[in-house]
Amino acid sequence: MADAAVNLTQKDFATDQDVRWCPGCGDYSILANVQRVMPEFGIPRENFVFISGIGCSSRFPYYMNTYGMHTIHGRAPAFAAGVKASRPELSVWVVTGDGDGLSIGGNHLLHAIRRNIDYQILLFNNRVYGLTKGQYSPTSRIGMKTKSTPDGSIDYPVDPIKFALGASATFVARTVDVDAKHLQQTLRRAHEHKGTAFVEILQNCPVFNDNEWIEVENKKTRSEAALVLEDGQPLVTGSKGQRRGIRIENGIPSVVKLGDEEDPVAAGVAVHNERHDSPAYAFALASLERPNFPIPIGVFRSVERPAYDEMLSNQVTQAIEKRGEGDLHALLHSGDTWTVE
Amino acid sequence: MPNKKTEELEGVAIRFTGDSGDGMQLTGTKFTESTALAGNDLATLPDYPAEIRAPAGTLAGVSGFQIHFSSKEISTPADQPDVLVAFNPAALRANIDDVRPGGMVIVNTDAFNDKALARAGYDEDPLPALRDRVKLVEIPLTRLNREALKDLNLSYRDADRSKNFFALGIMFWLYHRSMDPTLRWLESRFKGDIREANVRVLNAGYAFAETTEMFPVSYVIPSAKIQPGTYRNITGNTALAWGIAAAGTLNDCPVFLGAYPITPASDILHELARYRQFGVRTFQAEDEIAAISTAIGASFAGMLGVTTTSGPGFVLKQEALGLAVMTELPLVVVDVQRGGPSTGMPTKIEQGDLLMALYGRNSDCPVAILAPSSPGDCFHIMIEAFSLAVKYMTPVVVLSDGYLANSAEPWLIPDIASLRRSPVKHHTEISNFQPYERNPETLARPWAVPGTKGLEHRIGGLGKDEITGNVSYDPRNNERMIELRAEKVARIANDIPPIEVNGQDQGGLLLVGWGSTHGAIYAAVKEARENGLNVSNIHLRHLNPFPSNLADVLSRFDQILVPELNQGQLSRILRAEFLLPAVPMIKQQGQPFQISEILERIRAMLREEN
Ligand code: SF4
Repeated sequence: MADAAVNLTQKDFATDQDVRWCPGCGDYSILANVQRVMPEFGIPRENFVFISGIGCSSRFPYYMNTYGMHTIHGRAPAFAAGVKASRPELSVWVVTGDGDGLSIGGNHLLHAIRRNIDYQILLFNNRVYGLTKGQYSPTSRIGMKTKSTPDGSIDYPVDPIKFALGASATFVARTVDVDAKHLQQTLRRAHEHKGTAFVEILQNCPVFNDNEWIEVENKKTRSEAALVLEDGQPLVTGSKGQRRGIRIENGIPSVVKLGDEEDPVAAGVAVHNERHDSPAYAFALASLERPNFPIPIGVFRSVERPAYDEMLSNQVTQAIEKRGEGDLHALLHSGDTWTVE
Repeated sequence: MPNKKTEELEGVAIRFTGDSGDGMQLTGTKFTESTALAGNDLATLPDYPAEIRAPAGTLAGVSGFQIHFSSKEISTPADQPDVLVAFNPAALRANIDDVRPGGMVIVNTDAFNDKALARAGYDEDPLPALRDRVKLVEIPLTRLNREALKDLNLSYRDADRSKNFFALGIMFWLYHRSMDPTLRWLESRFKGDIREANVRVLNAGYAFAETTEMFPVSYVIPSAKIQPGTYRNITGNTALAWGIAAAGTLNDCPVFLGAYPITPASDILHELARYRQFGVRTFQAEDEIAAISTAIGASFAGMLGVTTTSGPGFVLKQEALGLAVMTELPLVVVDVQRGGPSTGMPTKIEQGDLLMALYGRNSDCPVAILAPSSPGDCFHIMIEAFSLAVKYMTPVVVLSDGYLANSAEPWLIPDIASLRRSPVKHHTEISNFQPYERNPETLARPWAVPGTKGLEHRIGGLGKDEITGNVSYDPRNNERMIELRAEKVARIANDIPPIEVNGQDQGGLLLVGWGSTHGAIYAAVKEARENGLNVSNIHLRHLNPFPSNLADVLSRFDQILVPELNQGQLSRILRAEFLLPAVPMIKQQGQPFQISEILERIRAMLREEN
């Protein structure tokens, strides 16, 4: 779809609408970076469609100068499926949040991912309900005190990455709202992927759940708190004197302390491979959580499988080849008919 | 061969009944096909349990198929069958009270053993007592059928499966129907022993009827004098699916169907899934909400979006339907109503969703509502629904029901050139584009679709500015937008033909119906008028907005009776809208109206008047 003649800039993707997120919200950075990478794709602006559900994150389409639809709570993946299944040539982006995508919309997210519809799903995970003013969400940690859980949450959280892998996602990645470079790189990768590209974006909600991801947002702590995934590279994190690697045995991860010069592969540290046929390896990675492990950031899994919309279009083409273009007269007269004089 | 007599009849109603595993629907369908080819007017009514395999031999598992055919115009499957074919005691017990006194009852005596009688709840054999009441024809069907197949290498179990075709052969002889369509169908559907067995027993049944003393007379029903043209037999669900495919072709715009399986609407999805060559994209969604959401997404993308469902699914779609009203996108929602409330009686008939279609969404959120009045009308109403949806940029709800869905009638195949064409033209004018600037005549907003340069815009469910469509919480703007959307739907009346009265123009009693009850109401009014009663009727295909002359027509009559298969939903609306004393006639038993019930009510109302 890339078109050399399309010369757009970040500004071309901004609308005249006032952005209405709270000051300091992680959504600002995500919006800026999305607008920043869009021109790189060489796609005419009119061929982008942004579709969202309900929640803070779901205001996103109003701020993108493309086609867009702000739909109803939880259903964005389904609306977007209708757009993409009928117009596969469009570049479709779903924007959702942890409440929208994993609570009320969990069913649609599951089925969008398993169908492998060729679109991007950006799930902003701030582990709280923002727009309804601060209830715990399905990704909130157990024990979290909110307006609806004054004694602490007793709901075990769902992990977006594990959820996506469980739904047989062909592309799963995690990135961070304020890490511009990594966020942009992840968006590029998501866009390149054919099939559903699921991206969890760790996002800060300074109003209702401040500093949830501070360890990976803060440049000082990031090198230890985050495990940056790079295809073909060993799973190593930490700076000088604090080097550690991740070993995965029988699907169970463990931490290996590494000397500054030590060869991690020789020490049994796993080498990252996005393309394992089985999702088991990515699942093991997804189970790495703070504080015992660093949080993996990057592409967990990227495999190829035909996309739903492509297969649907093929069926239409093949039906026309096999049966000829639909003929209404022939249809109405098919089977037994009789004539009254 | 005994020398048998032939008698001419005007019409007959036959009901085939048996266990749900006995193939009654198939038997009825095959008999219907031959009857259609014989040129009779006809109407059918399938009636089957919701369970796929209800316990064999029980009343709960009885499946029935009624066909009424005639040399005169008919409009219902008839109140009472003249002939009952009962494959087992349960089928007899469940249906015998409906048979016309003196009618014919054909039973499979092999099925009347102690065990089966007990399972059907009979303390003793009911047949002796029946011999005086009806023409009882006792045929050892199972044995005759096995006998016909004895040199084929089939187990009794397999052989017994074809006994419905033995009975079908009998009925073909009895009513002078051609076996050819069924033989052709067997030829194309089956192979080997199964085909051979069915062909053989069909012929054996025919030959048996011809030679046995049990049937001294066979019956001829001359073909009906109906409008010239080419006809076919059609059910409402098939007609509806074809109407959807036709709308795509006629409007030059591909169709996208989002649907989730639900009785009795699933056949529409099955049918349309076969028409990819028409550019039709069907999407079996994960649930009812996703089904309508994908359809709205497709509409936003410029396709003809449609979703099909039944009552419980329609409930789930209401929030998304509200979004389609707010975003003012063309969308067609088909609700094939069924018995309720809740899961209710999925395979039974009701018209209980009119108020939900009108008022089922939060706030004031109007949609257009249409209702087909016969199986064949389902085709035409879909073309109309899409045309209105696109012209007025609005969701249109089509209320079909389980009766229209599954019953069949001969259908005059329309000439394609005579069908309404409204080629879709998406908005392309860039200068001064405003997503909510309305067409002054229809109040429709422009349908600008992704991929069109210069028209990038965002829509959504939040309150929107009157012109730009930008998010707006302005109080006056909000009220104005609600009024505009209502006014837009009201203006659809400009595209609706005036309602025509069947009967006389004024005075006396007026029956007002909608949807599938047309046949019964029409037949009752016809009969009442032939008996000199002062009664007329109108039938509403448009329920929102109403035809613009409705108020005037209603005001010209002394009494108004509204027969409905619900607790009086339309009558409530008529009373509220027109301040008229419309009287509801209520039935909610999962069954259609009988002509006699309506006739009785007409008589009672006219008696009270005098
Ligand atoms: S409530 Fe939280 S997530 Fe929502 S806009 Fe404000 S800071 Fe952002």
